[in-house]
Amino acid sequence: MRKGQLFWGAAVVLLAALPPAALALQQPFYLDLVRRVMIFAIAAASLNLILGYGGMVSFGHAAYLGVGGYAVGVLSHYGIDNGWLQWALAIGASALAAAAIGAISIRTSGIYFIMITLAFTQMLYYLGISLDEYGGDDGMRLATRSRFSGLVDLDSPVAFYYLVLALMLLVLYLSHRIVRSRFGRVIRAAKSNEARTRAVGLSPYAYKLAAFVIAGAMGGLAGALLVNHTAYLTPEFMNWTRSGELMFMVILGGMATTAGPLLGAFALLIVEDLLSGWTEHWQVILGPLLVLAVVFFKRGIAGSLFHDRE
Amino acid sequence: MTANSPMLEIRGLIKSFGALRATDQVDLDVREGETHAIIGPNGAGKTTLLGQLSGTLRPDAGAIRFAGEDITRLAAPARSHRGIARSFQITSVYRDFTVLENVALAVQAHAGHSFRFWRAADEVPELAQPAQRVLEEVGLTARSGVLAARLSHGEQRQLEIAMVLATRPKLLLLDEPAAGAGAEETQRLIRFLGGLKRRHTMVLVEHDMDAVFTLADRVHVVLDQ
Repeated sequence: MRKGQLFWGAAVVLLAALPPAALALQQPFYLDLVRRVMIFAIAAASLNLILGYGGMVSFGHAAYLGVGGYAVGVLSHYGIDNGWLQWALAIGASALAAAAIGAISIRTSGIYFIMITLAFTQMLYYLGISLDEYGGDDGMRLATRSRFSGLVDLDSPVAFYYLVLALMLLVLYLSHRIVRSRFGRVIRAAKSNEARTRAVGLSPYAYKLAAFVIAGAMGGLAGALLVNHTAYLTPEFMNWTRSGELMFMVILGGMATTAGPLLGAFALLIVEDLLSGWTEHWQVILGPLLVLAVVFFKRGIAGSLFHDRE
Repeated sequence: MTANSPMLEIRGLIKSFGALRATDQVDLDVREGETHAIIGPNGAGKTTLLGQLSGTLRPDAGAIRFAGEDITRLAAPARSHRGIARSFQITSVYRDFTVLENVALAVQAHAGHSFRFWRAADEVPELAQPAQRVLEEVGLTARSGVLAARLSHGEQRQLEIAMVLATRPKLLLLDEPAAGAGAEETQRLIRFLGGLKRRHTMVLVEHDMDAVFTLADRVHVVLDQ
C-alpha cells in the first residue's frame, strides 16, 4: 500500500503543520475548524467500525457524542473538572449505553435496526431537553474545560489541537488494527454473509455487540472532545440530523476504509463551511452536491483515491 | 454411541410452511463412514431437510440425534462445533474475502474464541497453514490470493467444499455440490468426493444421477406431496 503510506505521511505532516501556519497567517479560525473536523473524524471512525465493517446501519450514533458530552458537562457543572475522571466517565458511560442499545437492537436487522437505534437516540435527546438543571433545550456553558493535572491545557487552542490530532490518529490506528484482527474478521464475515458465518460455527451476536460497545466508547471520547471544543453542552449533540451527518461522513469518505472517516469529515465540514460563508441558503447547494458525490464516488473518496482494496 | 448405533438418527421429522408440508414424517439413519444420497424432484423438500439437519430450520416435530446426542434444538453454530458441516446449493462464500481468508475464517471458527483484537488475522499461522492445506486438497492453491467474487462458478463450488472441510467435520451435508457445473467439472467433482467418501460420513443431496450412483451407499428418495 505505497499510496496509503504516502497519504498518511502527507496527512500527518499537513495536520501537524497547520497550527504554526494558521498562526503565522493570523487565521486562528482554521485551527478551530480543523480541530472540529478531527473530532468528527473520531466519531465517524467509530461509526465506520460498525456501519462500514460490520454492516450495522446505526442511525443513532450521535447518542454517544451526547452521553460523552453530558458526562463531562455534568461533572463540570458540579465543579469536578478533573479530565481523567470526566473522560473516563464519558467513555465508560457511552460504552454502557452502547451495550444496552446494542443488546436490543442487534437482535433485529434491516429497517428495524435503523429505527430502533434512531428511537433510542431520540429518547436520549428528549431526556437531555428535559434536564432543566443542565439548561434544558438551551443547554449550558461548560464551567471550565477538562483539566489534566497540568499536562495539557485545553484552553490553549494549539495544545488542544495537538491533543485532538494525537487522539484521532490513535483511534484510526486502533480501528485499523481491530478490523484486521480475528475479531474484525468475524465482524466483516457477519456483514458479508451471516448464514454462512453461522454455518461455519460462529455466533455473530456477541462479536457484533462487542463492536457496538467499542464504537460507543470511541463515540463517547469524541463527545468529551466536542463539549470541550465548543465549551458548551446542548442536547443538539444528539439531534438525529447529527447522526445523519456522521453517516454521511462515513459513506462520503468511503465505508470500510481507514482513511474514509477522516476524508468524509473533512469534505463535509469544509464544504459546509465554505458554502455557509458564501450564502445563507447553503443547504440548498450542499444537498445536491452530496447526492452527486454519492452517485459518482460509489466507494467514497477513499475508495476512489486508493482504488484497490485496503 | 455404541458401535452399531447410527451416527445420525432422524425420527418422525415434520416441517411445514403454511399448508405445505415440506418434510413429512422422515425417518433416516446414517451410519459412520456411509454416504447417504437424498434424491427427489425439485420442491420435494431436500434442502428443507438439510436445513433442519444443519440447524438453520427448526422442525415442527420429530427428533434428530447425532452421535447419540439429541441436537433437534441446537442452533447452527453449535451443530458446527459438534462436527456437522454444510455446503450450500447456491454458492455461499464471502465474496469480498480472498479465497484463503474464506477458508481461514472457517478454521478460525473452530480454533477457540475470536475476541482477539490486535494481531492481524492474516498473520496467524495457526489459521493460514491449515487453510492452505485444505486449499491444496481441493486444488485451489493457485487462487488463494484472489477475491472469491472473481472465481469461476466451478472454483466457487470448490471453495464451498473447502470451507466445509476446514471445520474438520465428522458429518458432511452437501447440498447439490454439482449444481451448475459442466459435464467435465462434474466428473472431476465426483472423483474428488469419491476421495472424501473414504474418510467422511456424508449426506448428499444431488440431481446428477451419475454422482449419486457412483458415490452413494444408500439412496433415500423424497417425493412431492
